[in-house]
Amino acid sequence: MKKTIMTSVLLGLAASSFAELSVDEIVNKANTAAYYAGKDGRAEVEMNIIDKSGSTRTRKFALLRMNTEGGSQKFYVYFKEPADLYKQVFLVWKEVAEGKDDSRWMWLPALNLKRSIAPGDKRTSFVGSDFVYEDVSGRNLNEDTHELVETTGTQYVVKNTPKKPGDVEFSTYTVKIDKDTFLPRAAEYFDKNGKLYRTVEATKVETIQGFPTVTESVVKDLNTGGSTVNTFNNIEYNIGLDENIFTERFLRRPPREVTK
Amino acid sequence: MKTRLKETTQSLKPMGYSLLSALLLTTGAHAADTELHGFVDGRAGVRTQNDPHEDDRSLTELRLQLDSKTYFDWGEFNARTDFVYDDLATDRGNVDLENGDGFADLRELNVLFSPATSSDLKIGRQILTWGTGDLLFINDLFPKDWNSFLLGRDEEYLKAPSDAVFASFFPSIGSFDIAYTPRMDADRYVDGRRVSYWNGTSLVGQNQPVDANRRDDWFKDDEISARFYRPILSYEAALYAYHGFWKSPTGFDPGTGNNYFPRLDVYGASVQGALGSGLVNAEAGYYDSREDTSGTNPYVPNSEARFLTGYEREVVKNLSAGAQYYVEWMMDHGKYEAGVPPGTARDEFRHVLTLRLTQMLMNQNLVLSLFTFYSPSDQDAYLRPAATYKLSDHWTLTANGNIFLGEHDYTFFGQFQNDSNVNLGVRYSF
Repeated sequence: MKKTIMTSVLLGLAASSFAELSVDEIVNKANTAAYYAGKDGRAEVEMNIIDKSGSTRTRKFALLRMNTEGGSQKFYVYFKEPADLYKQVFLVWKEVAEGKDDSRWMWLPALNLKRSIAPGDKRTSFVGSDFVYEDVSGRNLNEDTHELVETTGTQYVVKNTPKKPGDVEFSTYTVKIDKDTFLPRAAEYFDKNGKLYRTVEATKVETIQGFPTVTESVVKDLNTGGSTVNTFNNIEYNIGLDENIFTERFLRRPPREVTK
Repeated sequence: MKTRLKETTQSLKPMGYSLLSALLLTTGAHAADTELHGFVDGRAGVRTQNDPHEDDRSLTELRLQLDSKTYFDWGEFNARTDFVYDDLATDRGNVDLENGDGFADLRELNVLFSPATSSDLKIGRQILTWGTGDLLFINDLFPKDWNSFLLGRDEEYLKAPSDAVFASFFPSIGSFDIAYTPRMDADRYVDGRRVSYWNGTSLVGQNQPVDANRRDDWFKDDEISARFYRPILSYEAALYAYHGFWKSPTGFDPGTGNNYFPRLDVYGASVQGALGSGLVNAEAGYYDSREDTSGTNPYVPNSEARFLTGYEREVVKNLSAGAQYYVEWMMDHGKYEAGVPPGTARDEFRHVLTLRLTQMLMNQNLVLSLFTFYSPSDQDAYLRPAATYKLSDHWTLTANGNIFLGEHDYTFFGQFQNDSNVNLGVRYSF
């Protein structure tokens, strides 16, 4: 009995200290947990794109990520399957400074060609999946205003409203963030009429090298009935990547970190 | 598909193509691992009008591409070859690795390694590309296969392979690339065998194929292409230089009656980057026709200044548009005009506008596109409609057209008006 009281006191204290966090602190911690674990990292990703009839297309790629100065990041995605994407590379230089756009490129090996992706295409489907380009590297926190709409026993619920509604297809989205790990666990996107049309869910979380990590995520498009499941394997953090990898030189010559 | 070398060589044996298997075997001894991919691609196309000098069929072919990559501690080895059954080819057994004739077209055969930490070296047959234009090339003087492009093969075949040493250096001030081709790699130019063209006086085809003298003296008929590029603000800027030859046999030797490749130097620059929600690019180049610097020789092209600029962006969700303006400004136009049959001279300024529309449907599995070249000065146009449907991760269906329109037979696109064609393709990738 005494133990139970002690536990609830501790929990109560913990909860009250969480409650003191501002919404900006919450989204910052969530952003860090979701995208900034370690100095850098690597994962193997299997992406299954399932249409409403149940037919599945599979993409396999290796993903490298590195944190650079001032919260900026670089991402390198090397495709292994299917055959028509083999050896293609998707490269992102993510910028967090106000007024700076992310840069994105696709490397097309058969043409020996680096093709830029226009900034306006960030909400375009990533290789035919229900994820968009922006999902790969994370949406800049400065793009939205954030409002803490609910605090449950285990989660914060944050409502996000774009500052430039014309740039995106949603009117708002809400994110449920776990209190203990600060990992975003579920997001719901509402269209311009306020109708829920898209959900993203972290369906599996594991702790890897001390970092709580999403190892399976599912996005559903409620309009088309399609969904995409991402499974992350062989995740490693702090592998000591060289920033040069994220340049044209290594588009022409994918590094062993992704090809092995 | 990742496979051990043993399987790779076994699967190649039935092909009976000893060169590739032998290379894989010899390099395989110390191979870490080999990846083998490829596709089988069948295409058939017809002309949409009668051409008195060409076949009614524009394409009837089946090709198998094998693409292998082997990793070593010191670098990598790449081999990529097409084996082609081309029903319209006249001499399938006679493989010509320079112009792609015959049953085998070697696309890549090279080694890539780093001789020092801030440099890379790629030696052998390879596909090379640079520049900022979309299907318009100013500073990219690497070989193109115009026949494949105009006949509707996959767009990757517009780039023909180079046999070159490609050296890259990455000092902190920017990046340098130098491509040295010891023996000229010409364009796979329109020579009348498959595509009819304007020969200066009339439209001709198989009745009058171009038989140009190749530039084939090692280290004498060589080409050097160089590029320096670096970011400036948030734009990527580049400088280019080329020392070599006009890539099609635009010169004429009245002594022998043969076409040939006159000397050419090109200097240029480009810039590209984001503007608003789209991408902007600009590129310029000066074509210095070394054998006709005064513009008086009617048998050699005059020097030209070329410029292009373009902008592309998504217009509505899944529909993107890209527009370009391109101009060729001929130097010494008056002297050129005096040397061609009256009424057939091109303008001093040849203006071209392009528009690319791309609509992606069904999770990008169906892509509809239309690329249009239109020249108000030449009063001609070239339309490239295409539909591509990815049936599954392995099967792709395509339909495309190459439609040429023109007021005159002697203009750039107008000369191909008997070559307009439509075709269907199916591809299995593995």
